[in-house]
Amino acid sequence: MSEFREQMEAAIPALRRYARALTRDAETADDIVQDTLVRALRSEHLFHGGDMRAWLYTILTNLNRNRLRTLARRPVLAPIKDSDVAITGPDPGSRDIVRALEMLTEEQRSALLLVVLESLTYREVSEVQGVPIGTVMSRLARARNEIKAYLDSERPALRRVK
Amino acid sequence: MTDRDQIITEAELNAYVDDELPADRRTAVEAWLATHPDDAAKVAAWRKQIELIRERFGHLAIETPPRRLAVEHLAQRRYGAIAAAIAATIAAFLVGAGAGWSARGIEVAAPSELARFTTDALVAYRLYTVEVRHPVEVPGDQRPHLVEWLSKRVGSPLHPPELDKQGLKLVGGRLLPGPTGPSAFFMYENPSGERFTLYCGRVKDGQTALRYTSGEQNAAYYWADQNLAYVLSGPAEADALRDIAQAAYDQIDRRSPPPQG
Repeated sequence: MSEFREQMEAAIPALRRYARALTRDAETADDIVQDTLVRALRSEHLFHGGDMRAWLYTILTNLNRNRLRTLARRPVLAPIKDSDVAITGPDPGSRDIVRALEMLTEEQRSALLLVVLESLTYREVSEVQGVPIGTVMSRLARARNEIKAYLDSERPALRRVK
Repeated sequence: MTDRDQIITEAELNAYVDDELPADRRTAVEAWLATHPDDAAKVAAWRKQIELIRERFGHLAIETPPRRLAVEHLAQRRYGAIAAAIAATIAAFLVGAGAGWSARGIEVAAPSELARFTTDALVAYRLYTVEVRHPVEVPGDQRPHLVEWLSKRVGSPLHPPELDKQGLKLVGGRLLPGPTGPSAFFMYENPSGERFTLYCGRVKDGQTALRYTSGEQNAAYYWADQNLAYVLSGPAEADALRDIAQAAYDQIDRRSPPPQG
C-alpha cells in the first residue's frame, strides 16, 4: 500500500469519531467517512504531502455541510431516538451533551468538535473551515455558551431516582 | 497596574481552556480566575463539556472500522458506487430545491435575462456539484475538445478561465439547456472538494459589471460580456468566491477586444 493510502487508513478511526459526533448517527457517519475517502482517493495526485489529517477533516466537513443543505430542504428532520442504545449514553449527562450539540449551528458544532475531540489547533480549524481564526474563536465561544445554557436549563428538569 | 490592563476577554478564556495561550497570558488568566468566580465557574463548565464530549464519542477512535471503509477496498471499487448512489439521492432532492429557489431569489416579478441565467446556473450548480461519479460529461483533461465542442454548441468562442492560482482545477464541463439556448457549464474543484462552476450562454444584453447574488447556501457572481452571460457559483460562505469570480472576470475581460468607435 502506498504511503498516501497508509496515512489515510490510519486516519479512519478519528474520522469516524468526528463524523459520528457531527451527525449523531452511526450509519450516516460511516457514509460520510466513506465519501470522504473516495474523494480523497480521487484527489490522490493533488496531494503534495503535508498534514493529511487536516485535509481529510476539511473534505468531511464540506461533505457534511452539503448533506445538511439537502436535509434542510426536507420538511421534517429525523428525531433523536431516546431508545437508541448508540445515542443513549451510560449516564444522563452523556445524552444531554448529544442534545446540546444538536442545538448548535453546523459551523459551531464542527469548530468545537475539531478542537475538543480531534485536538486540532485554532489555526488548523481555521484552515478546515476556510475562515479567519477570529471567526473560529467566536464560533467556539458561542458553542460553549449555547451548550452551557442548554445544560443549565436541563438540570432542574432531571428526575432524581433516589 | 490598572484593572483595564489585566482584563481577560471571553476569547482568552476559551483559548485558555483549549491550551492556545502563550505562557504569560496563561498566568494572567489564572490570576484573573482566582479573583473572578463567575469566570472560573464558566471555565469549569466548559471543561466539563469537553469531558462529556470525549466520554461520549472518544471510544469510536479505538473501534475497528467496518470493512466497507478499508482504503484498498474503496480504491478497488473504482471510486465507490455507493458514494454515487448517495449523490444520486441528493441530486433528486436538489431538483425540487432548485425549483423553489427562484421564488425566494432574485427579481421574481420580471426576471431579466441575466437573472434567469443566474437562477438556472445555481440550479445546475446544486444539481451537479454533488455528483461523485458523473459531475461532467467531458473531463478537464480533454480541455481542447471540451472547449471546442461547447463553443460550437453555444455558438460563440468560449474561454474557460485558468484558475490554478486560485487553487482550482478544471473538473470538466457539460452542455445544458439555458434560458436562451444551449449553455456551457464548467466545473472547478479545490483540493478539499469544494466546487465552483461557471455557467455561460448567449444573451442580447451585451455588457454588464460584476454583480452578486446569494441564496441561502449558494452564491453567485454574474456578468455579461460580448453578448455572453457568465455566472460563477460557489458555496455561499466561501470567502474565496469573490477572488475566483474576479479572476474569471478579468481573464474573460482581457480577451475581449476594446469597444469600437
